[in-house]
Amino acid sequence: MNADRVIEISSLNKSFGDFQVLTNVDLNVSLGERIVICGPSGSGKSTLIRCVNGLEQYDSGKITVDGMSLSAPGGVERVRAEVGMVFQQFNLFPHLSVIDNLTLGPMKARGMSRKEAEALAMEYLDRVRIPEQAQKRPRDLSGGQQQRVAIARSLCMKPKIMLFDEPTSALDPEMISEVLDVMVELARDGMTMLVVTHEMGFARKVADRMVFMDSGEIVETGTPAEVFEAPKTERFKSFLEKILHH
Amino acid sequence: MTRFFKLSVLLGACLFLAACTGDGTWGWYVIDPTTPQGQSNVRFLIGGFWATIQLSLIATALSMTIGLLVALPGMSSNRWVRLPSRVYIEFVRAIPLLPMLFWVFYGLPVVMRSLGFPITIDAFWGAIITLAISDSAFTAEIYRSGIQSIPKGQTEAARTVGLTYSQTMRYVILPQAIRRILPPLANQFIYIVKMSAFASVIGMQELTRRANELVVTEYRPLEIYTLLILEYLVLVLIISFFVRWLERKMGADESR
Repeated sequence: MNADRVIEISSLNKSFGDFQVLTNVDLNVSLGERIVICGPSGSGKSTLIRCVNGLEQYDSGKITVDGMSLSAPGGVERVRAEVGMVFQQFNLFPHLSVIDNLTLGPMKARGMSRKEAEALAMEYLDRVRIPEQAQKRPRDLSGGQQQRVAIARSLCMKPKIMLFDEPTSALDPEMISEVLDVMVELARDGMTMLVVTHEMGFARKVADRMVFMDSGEIVETGTPAEVFEAPKTERFKSFLEKILHH
Repeated sequence: MTRFFKLSVLLGACLFLAACTGDGTWGWYVIDPTTPQGQSNVRFLIGGFWATIQLSLIATALSMTIGLLVALPGMSSNRWVRLPSRVYIEFVRAIPLLPMLFWVFYGLPVVMRSLGFPITIDAFWGAIITLAISDSAFTAEIYRSGIQSIPKGQTEAARTVGLTYSQTMRYVILPQAIRRILPPLANQFIYIVKMSAFASVIGMQELTRRANELVVTEYRPLEIYTLLILEYLVLVLIISFFVRWLERKMGADESR
């Protein structure tokens, strides 16, 4: 086992009823590595990253995160403490102010005092460049701001790994870049990231490795330079043509 | 609406006239507060309010607690955890209130004694236990639908920031669900107020029992039961008013 490997996924299988969502997926991620996962809808990319923090159960195979097996007793909880997640629909808590969204986890799960938690929250709100919105409710924020709050909320738990599940797909086009900028910064700081996205510009800029999935399988992987210049498989080639042509 | 109003006025006028004609159909004197006898009768009837309110409040509080404890395992993804909750709801929902009241009042002490817990159940607690259990099956369903109406992403987000199941419920799901749960729960409270009348049959001195006792001595059921109905009407209207105020308050908070 490589000491640098923070995520090891081997021969993962999952089906919803008769529909096989993931077929024999193998993926290893090293510490600090940025991976962008892309593929047509229904290809299993979201399901794959949701398996990493136990939001989805899998049928067979093995997932180890930071040396801890997900299937071990209490494994899911321990893994979740190391893994942050950002959702397509933000999933902010609508009944809490922005700052309370951020402090809930540190206070309840980590036992931090309110004062400490609020200082931490303000630090991360600063980082995502919306400290002035701290007292507002999520619904008073634009989509881009909400997603940045969601990123800050995850970071408050000081995760080793961040999962992004189509973080910009629900955003109006003019708000996509403000979220991507925050993610690029995060990548520069050395965060291990698994990002499901169709933002190929972002992939080119930050990805160490691209993973292309189709019909529940990993079809092709490679550095952005490799795959964008010369995709090896016909499937990836036609996918890239479709999404790069608009 | 106006037609309904006119009809009510007409009906009220008829009642008043009938009462005034004094042809023997009505005898308002039994509850006429201007006479000493009537006044003492009214006092006696109104004296049941406190017991009815106490019964209803405690039974509702218990029902809300039991309902939540039944609803939570009922939403588990594990069918063996879900099963007891389903069975409880189906079973309790099927039992009519009155037989259950008799069973709790006369039967439960016997069962408890044979199990080695010699307890006595008076009319007050017999009525409360019955109302609470019988209502809890409905409250459980109200909680379930309210909780399930909160998007799954909320639970997922809460779990990924490290909250446990119970913390997720307490800090994320229930505070959001309560706004949707409150109106139907208030209906259940009104239902309990009305059903508490059954406590009269096991001797609980609440509104209905007192009316029955007065009817036996005064032989004026029409007037006394009319007042009884008005008593419940006033009680329920006050609750409805309070609930609407509470909803508005929460609604205002929501849209803040």
